[in-house]
Amino acid sequence: MKAFFKRYRVFLLLIFINIVIGLALPDIGLKSLSLTKQNFIEMISVIPPIFILLGLLDVWVDRATMMKYTGKGSGLKGVLIAFLLGSVAAGPLYAAFPIAGIMLKKGSSLFNVFIFIGAWSTTKIPMLTFEAASLGLTFTLTRLALSIIGILIIAVTAEKALNLEQQKKIYELNQ
Amino acid sequence: MPYRSVNKYWGAAMFIYILYVLAGTGLVISFYKDRNKTKMALKKAWKSFENILPQFLSILIIIGLVLAILSPDMITNILGTRSGIWGVLGAAIIGSVTLIPGFVAFPLAAALLKNGAGYMQIAAFVSTLMMVGIVTLPLEIKTFGKRATIIRNISAFLFSLIVAFVIGVLL
Repeated sequence: MKAFFKRYRVFLLLIFINIVIGLALPDIGLKSLSLTKQNFIEMISVIPPIFILLGLLDVWVDRATMMKYTGKGSGLKGVLIAFLLGSVAAGPLYAAFPIAGIMLKKGSSLFNVFIFIGAWSTTKIPMLTFEAASLGLTFTLTRLALSIIGILIIAVTAEKALNLEQQKKIYELNQ
Repeated sequence: MPYRSVNKYWGAAMFIYILYVLAGTGLVISFYKDRNKTKMALKKAWKSFENILPQFLSILIIIGLVLAILSPDMITNILGTRSGIWGVLGAAIIGSVTLIPGFVAFPLAAALLKNGAGYMQIAAFVSTLMMVGIVTLPLEIKTFGKRATIIRNISAFLFSLIVAFVIGVLL
């Protein structure tokens, strides 16, 4: 029980804040409540398959395979695989973090995991088709071309900014 | 109504459907090959979900509050009427703190463009919306630690400003 309160203390505090706001400003309180409900339903409908795939990935793909394809020595092939993995994804960015965690656990290189996160965040193929339909092909293709450069720059920056000790710590976080 | 449920859009529903088909097929094949491993996979799936649940629930409430306070009208106002660098910065900040699914954000962005918002502002909004996640920082920190998370988000923010600038010049 005590552990539960400790783990969920931020959540409980936020509920308390929401209630206080709801009492002071009923309009905003009610609106946030209905938005939260809506988002909850939406997320809970995306999450089960993502985590099931995650579990299957964890059980069936062994460390050696993941290292071979996306580990330190995997070179350009590894970068491309990480990029494609992120691009064919569906779902919001926060769903990518647990998957990134599994990749790290299985021995992917940090650089490739950052590429994966970058691709997931901005070059998802399903999302691109929708972007083009809404904002036009010129906008979408320009942003896509820039994003691919950006993903590489961000991955390089993030990896270079971490010394070996810090990189080791990230791997330890995901064991 | 920019914050309609994502499931109302055919595209999103379709991809969620594909995800379920993938997960379902995976489970069936896995079960056929090895029952115990499949059980383990489900256990791991639940464990990794339970692991992020506290942050996940907190984020849901924060999004609800932020979107309730930051009304669509307000967003339209900042992106639509103010122009120049402040509009771009405002758009980039709004994109960073909100978490609207792309399927909702793109039609919203298209509507804003039609109502006089600049391409530069819209590009900044779309790019930070996708790459920068302020409310999801706790989840990202769980996987990448503080330092890497902050570096990634700051670089993504700065990069989004470059994207905005280039698109603003080109379009």
